[in-house]
Amino acid sequence: MEIDFKHKQAAHCENGVVANLMTYNGFTVSEPMVFGIGSGLLFTYIPFLKVNHAPVVSYRAMPGIIFTRFATRVGIKIKREKFRNAQTAKARLDENLQRNNPVGLQVGVYNLPYFPDEYRFHFNAHNMVVYGKKDGIYLISDPVMETVTSLTEKELEKVRFAKGAFAPKGHIYYPTAFPEQLQLEKAIIKGIKHTCRDMLAPVPVVGVKGIRKIAQLIRKWPKAKGVKTANHYLGQIVRMQEEIGTGGGGFRYIYAAFLQEAGKLLANNQLLDLSKEMTLIGDQWRDFAVEASRIYKNRSNSVAVDQYGHVATLLEDIANKEEVFFKKLKKAI
Amino acid sequence: MTLGMKKNEVPQDKSNLESANFKELCYAVDENGEYTTELSTGWNPKTIALNNAIEALNERISASKQRVKDLKVSPLEYYMELHKMDLPILASYVGIWKWRVKRHFRPGVFKNLNNKTLQKYADVFDITIEELQRTDL
Repeated sequence: MEIDFKHKQAAHCENGVVANLMTYNGFTVSEPMVFGIGSGLLFTYIPFLKVNHAPVVSYRAMPGIIFTRFATRVGIKIKREKFRNAQTAKARLDENLQRNNPVGLQVGVYNLPYFPDEYRFHFNAHNMVVYGKKDGIYLISDPVMETVTSLTEKELEKVRFAKGAFAPKGHIYYPTAFPEQLQLEKAIIKGIKHTCRDMLAPVPVVGVKGIRKIAQLIRKWPKAKGVKTANHYLGQIVRMQEEIGTGGGGFRYIYAAFLQEAGKLLANNQLLDLSKEMTLIGDQWRDFAVEASRIYKNRSNSVAVDQYGHVATLLEDIANKEEVFFKKLKKAI
Repeated sequence: MTLGMKKNEVPQDKSNLESANFKELCYAVDENGEYTTELSTGWNPKTIALNNAIEALNERISASKQRVKDLKVSPLEYYMELHKMDLPILASYVGIWKWRVKRHFRPGVFKNLNNKTLQKYADVFDITIEELQRTDL
């Protein structure tokens, strides 16, 4: 069976799945709107955790939480299920497809055959929609892809039961109940307040303080870890910022797009101005990436230490700008 | 790029995406300052970071290969690296405690593993037990 599902490419997988599932159910919502209402924007440094042998920073909220927040705030209900064994997981998915219900899935990226090889890392918080099954082949709408694709039963099982951090355990989710009309206004305000609270949190590794913490570490790395490791770490920070699914500039551009849409919807000119300001901050993140890439471009051991100081200063400047920004944003709503 | 990323400034650099005919979606503003989206083929600073990460990975793989040949570690370590895994990920795939997996990296311990355990590892790496035991990689 094949459900009449409209695939629309998105920058970020979770936003994309939510926006596409909402559209299917008759509510047109943009990707930035999902991201903003779900308070997707964030900065965190996750100490003690290493991925690909380098420290982890994240520019967005925990996997799954964007949809949960979005759902609560606009008043829709979602059903989520995880499974211990693959048979039950498959049976439940097939049941939903029989009922013409497209389903959101959390999967691991490493075994996705349609991904470029170089992008296949053990990252388990990817999202897609399964919208049908034809001759034993699952029809897949992966929001980061331009068009729809497909996976065999075996391939899908492998990615649904990927292991490691954030193991999906066959996780499926879909909306079950909708309000008569989506009340976006209140949801937008809640979403913005939450993001301001996160970004200004008095926690040393979160938000603006987290950015400052990373700047501090970048200064230390070349001496403490050696240039080679420092470059590897720096490269990972940029990769997380510009990886597929960020929409560029560490999600800052998507957030600026959200503020623009929200400003129009709420007839709030301050939000329109703040959208422009966020765009400029996005540009600064990209400048940081350019400068950082100058350092890690040559993998030799002869990088001058003050270059690290330079990129650290860029980050500190971003932190200052974002601090001012989120204080203003808090007052603007 | 000082006044916001414009639609026509969305980077279109050569990247690893090309081989898979893959373009990613970026957010940018049009000439009226309205947000819109544009597809990007890649961006150099990111491509360099990714290439470096892959190169670092390959270095780890060949270093491990050498250690296996020198009989300093068991082939398990090599296959772990080959599959871009680290200890926690491998342990989670085979369902064996991390400290035990780490012990299995010791050639002496690996030699005495029973077939049941070896099969678990072989399944994860999608090879046979015989292939798993070879040290002439």
